[in-house]
Amino acid sequence: MALSIVHRATGVALYFGTLLLAWWLIAAAAGPAAYSNVQAFTGSWIGRLVLFGYTWALMHHLLSGVRHFIWDLGYGFKTADREWLTWAALIGGVTLTVLLWIVAYTIGGGR
Amino acid sequence: MSADHTNSRTPKANSMRTPLGKVRKFGPAGSGTSDFWRQRITGVAMTLLILPVVVVIMMLLGRNQAGAAQILGSPLIALTMILFIIASALHMKIGMQVVLEDYVQNEKLKLVSIMANNFFSLAVALAAIFAIFKLSSGV
Repeated sequence: MALSIVHRATGVALYFGTLLLAWWLIAAAAGPAAYSNVQAFTGSWIGRLVLFGYTWALMHHLLSGVRHFIWDLGYGFKTADREWLTWAALIGGVTLTVLLWIVAYTIGGGR
Repeated sequence: MSADHTNSRTPKANSMRTPLGKVRKFGPAGSGTSDFWRQRITGVAMTLLILPVVVVIMMLLGRNQAGAAQILGSPLIALTMILFIIASALHMKIGMQVVLEDYVQNEKLKLVSIMANNFFSLAVALAAIFAIFKLSSGV
């Protein structure tokens, strides 16, 4: 499986995505006008798409990283184990992303 | 790396240096395994912190600036966010450096890009932390 490159790619995406995090926090500190700019972006379809992609990158990188911790501890090196860990990270990342967005729409939509 | 540079770091066969001493300064970064270890520390830290951070983000959804500022400025949430930001910045700086060391072939470009990576990571972390300090002080 070519999952190690996905781990890197999501890592690089998250790297540049921290600009969004910093923008959001600075806007919250700056005032209502700056914050409504952020909300205009996060409310747009392109903003939602970017945030959805960012959520997936974070969840996948997290689970893929846990896979690396398991290897660091000396487990999961057999072929079947490696395959299982890889699919768990792939499917788990997508599942967690969808779950988080369902929760987000349920909570955020209610406000 | 030139052959000459590698030789200067290669211990003699009959050296009395310890195994640890022999491997120090090796690797593309020239700094042994400290970055490897730091990457694990920050990774574990973020794995522990991700749940509280997700909860904080869920709390902020759909709120206006005043509401968001009040939540982000409360001490426990501010501390959680600052810890996550510090771990993220260190983790992404090390991760990007590994990527650059692997893929950037030109030595000068490699050094310049690694320097830019340091500046970027520190700047993003400081900007985010400063914002949280400002929110916490209520100014």
